Amino acid sequence: MDALDVSRWQFGITTVYHFILVPLTIGLAPLIAVMQTMWVITKKDHWYRLTKFFGKFFLINFALGVATGIVQEFQFGMNWSEYSRFVGDVFGAPLALEGLVAFFLESTFLGLWIFGWGRLPKLVHLATIWLVAIGVNASAFFIIAANSFMQHPVGAVYNEERGRAELTSIWELLTNNTALAAFPHVVAGAFLTAGTFIAGIGGWWMVRNMRRAKAATDPVVAAANENTARTMFRPVTIFAMWVMVASGVGLAITGDIQAKLMFEQQPMKMASAESLCHTETGADFSILTVGTQNNCENITQLISIPGLTSFLANGDPNSTLMGVTELQAQYEEQFGPGNYKPNLFVTYWTFRAMIGWAAGSAILAVVGLWMTRGGRVPDQKWFGWLSLLAIPTPFLGNSAGWVFTEMGRQPWVVHPNPTGVDQIRLLVDQGVSDHPTALVFASLITFTLVYAALGVVWFMLIRRYAIAGPSDHDMRPPGDEVPPDDSGEPKQLSFAY
Amino acid sequence: MGLQEFWFILVAVLFVGYFVLEGFDFGVGMLFPVLGRTDTRRRVMLNTIGPVWDGNEVWLITAGGAMFAAFPDWYATLFSGFYLPLLLILVALILRICAIEWRGKIDDPTWRARCDVGIMIGSWVPAVLWGVAFANIVRGVAIDENKKVVSGFFELLNPYALLGGATTAIVFALHGAVFLALKTSGEVREDSVKLAARLSIPTVVVAGAFVLWTQLAYGKGWTWILVAVAAAALVGVVALTAVAREGWAFVLTTVAVIATVVLLFGSLYPNLMPSTIDEAYNLTIYNASSSPYTLKVMTWAAVFVTPVVIGYQAWTYWVFRQRISTAQIPPSIGLPAKSR
Repeated sequence: MDALDVSRWQFGITTVYHFILVPLTIGLAPLIAVMQTMWVITKKDHWYRLTKFFGKFFLINFALGVATGIVQEFQFGMNWSEYSRFVGDVFGAPLALEGLVAFFLESTFLGLWIFGWGRLPKLVHLATIWLVAIGVNASAFFIIAANSFMQHPVGAVYNEERGRAELTSIWELLTNNTALAAFPHVVAGAFLTAGTFIAGIGGWWMVRNMRRAKAATDPVVAAANENTARTMFRPVTIFAMWVMVASGVGLAITGDIQAKLMFEQQPMKMASAESLCHTETGADFSILTVGTQNNCENITQLISIPGLTSFLANGDPNSTLMGVTELQAQYEEQFGPGNYKPNLFVTYWTFRAMIGWAAGSAILAVVGLWMTRGGRVPDQKWFGWLSLLAIPTPFLGNSAGWVFTEMGRQPWVVHPNPTGVDQIRLLVDQGVSDHPTALVFASLITFTLVYAALGVVWFMLIRRYAIAGPSDHDMRPPGDEVPPDDSGEPKQLSFAY
Repeated sequence: MGLQEFWFILVAVLFVGYFVLEGFDFGVGMLFPVLGRTDTRRRVMLNTIGPVWDGNEVWLITAGGAMFAAFPDWYATLFSGFYLPLLLILVALILRICAIEWRGKIDDPTWRARCDVGIMIGSWVPAVLWGVAFANIVRGVAIDENKKVVSGFFELLNPYALLGGATTAIVFALHGAVFLALKTSGEVREDSVKLAARLSIPTVVVAGAFVLWTQLAYGKGWTWILVAVAAAALVGVVALTAVAREGWAFVLTTVAVIATVVLLFGSLYPNLMPSTIDEAYNLTIYNASSSPYTLKVMTWAAVFVTPVVIGYQAWTYWVFRQRISTAQIPPSIGLPAKSR
């Protein structure tokens, strides 16, 4: 391995790690804001308890999300300095806007939300979590706009003298069709993740409370448990399942739009996703192939749906699609000799994994909505386990999707836009910093170990808080709209680290 | 004033904001072993920065983003050139973030002790290394004709830079002690006042030497004003901490931090990173900046958004303006230690 490979591994590991945490934050913030809004509107204490209960997961997750995110802000300069010079004029703008508009908003108002219980007026406090929700989603938009420039550069010209891309229109950059398709896709994925997380924990607790109610000899304990299951976990689980249904539909629609764009703008990525080795008319959609890793010619199609890929690409099952081999020849002619094929094995399987893992959420939503129909509260043990098992699936789907998107654009770090400025393109090996391999290796090892250790702690905390359930401490909300106490009388803080 | 000058000033402002605000955050964490003798006292200390530390840290992220957008060559050269110090700073910040947020989640002395180590590492390492890094930026490093830093890690550890690291460490510790005196009441306040008074004289010596060295070696005529302001502020802190006037003392430590950062940026101007190989290889605000269009767009964004950010951050400080004492710390609601 040379510095290039190590740098690629490092960026991949740190980014995938970051994006395990990010979708939960993006999706959970608005859903917690909805729970708190329900509490403010209905004044029912169990919405308050749910807000506090899921708020804890949100904070545990947010911390590691921020910690892993900081690295990303500097990694471009550290490991990809030539890339940073080439695109900094364009790429830096959305990054700076993200900090200025989104990060300040979410971090400041999250502090107000955490510490503001019982200190801020109720409605002001509710506004703080909504601003956090807006902040996390706004940051997603800016960073996706930045990433979309790498997939499909627009709004820029090439400056011959400086040898770099220069921004000509921030509007074109922020309304890049790739960004406008990717942003809702990522947000839908985030809502699916958070919805599955809430429905998973809620469903498990619903079953747990019902079984405790049945097993209890004391009628008061039995009634309390059934009441919690029926009035607290059932509504929030059903709500989360409808969020899952809506985001699932959103994912399918935005995914289809994105794929159509990719066939047009990054045909190599889609051809390798479909193991489409040679140009075909009426290309089939491959469901299962076997073959040697990363060699197009040795792949045998086992199951496929006739004409579906052509239909998905152009809305016409008989349309002609370019294959990997022909695209390679075309690129060599256009950009000179070189290997322009991504890793076919990875792109093929991550594309299928991304779609396939959605089944976890789909099964939970369909089964769960059936089990809770007409006022029913499930108490079947298998349903509790199904709820828990579904939780990791959207995380895996998100990771697979990003690995597909990013590794599908290899060997480019800035993929040439077929209808854009020809010189705005950069190969990954032209973007990497000129470091000794050992140096980059040291940082790779450091980050991997630190992240792995913190990941274990993160999982342990999430698991323990899920098992512990809503705490008794959060049974009742703190006194409403307490005026700030300037009398000097020591009043206990409503929250302290 | 051109846009390149404006963005140089804006990046300086972002770093001023970062060092003023994170300065006392670092100081609070650095003083954990000294002032936090019990868990409750540590919780008092931590909760003085509880609602604001995350927002304070974003000043750094935004400063990084602003450097990337306005001076991409500076961003690329600096962060690839100062690879190891930055790696250490990042790891330290990662540990600090998780330690602060997760500390109260488990009610177990071992767990808390480990988190406290994370908070201390996360406060000490950046407090020292930012000083080393900025002193080297002002001093200049070996930058070749390809805008690449060719000097190694150990060349960053020159006497001037080490003095810079000592300066940021001791100034942040003092800034933190004064901040704690201002934000707490009872025993923590009394001890913070005493500690601040004891720290103030060595701070004058160390920071005074660094500021003077900076001025004599790299300063300009007008930056003498900043030397005078920084020196006067620090001497004022000595007097004010001696009579326990922590409010005014905090104003003066803030002024001292601002004056020092402005002195560093003022000495640097119009360079961004001077080269010790050849002056022709210096990165300047003219040869390392973005295109006029990018600077213009970013200027509009900064002019409209920055005052709003400052407004709501100031409001946050106002909301949480009350002093905290050990009596106000609620019982821990973390999950019990695992017995298995």
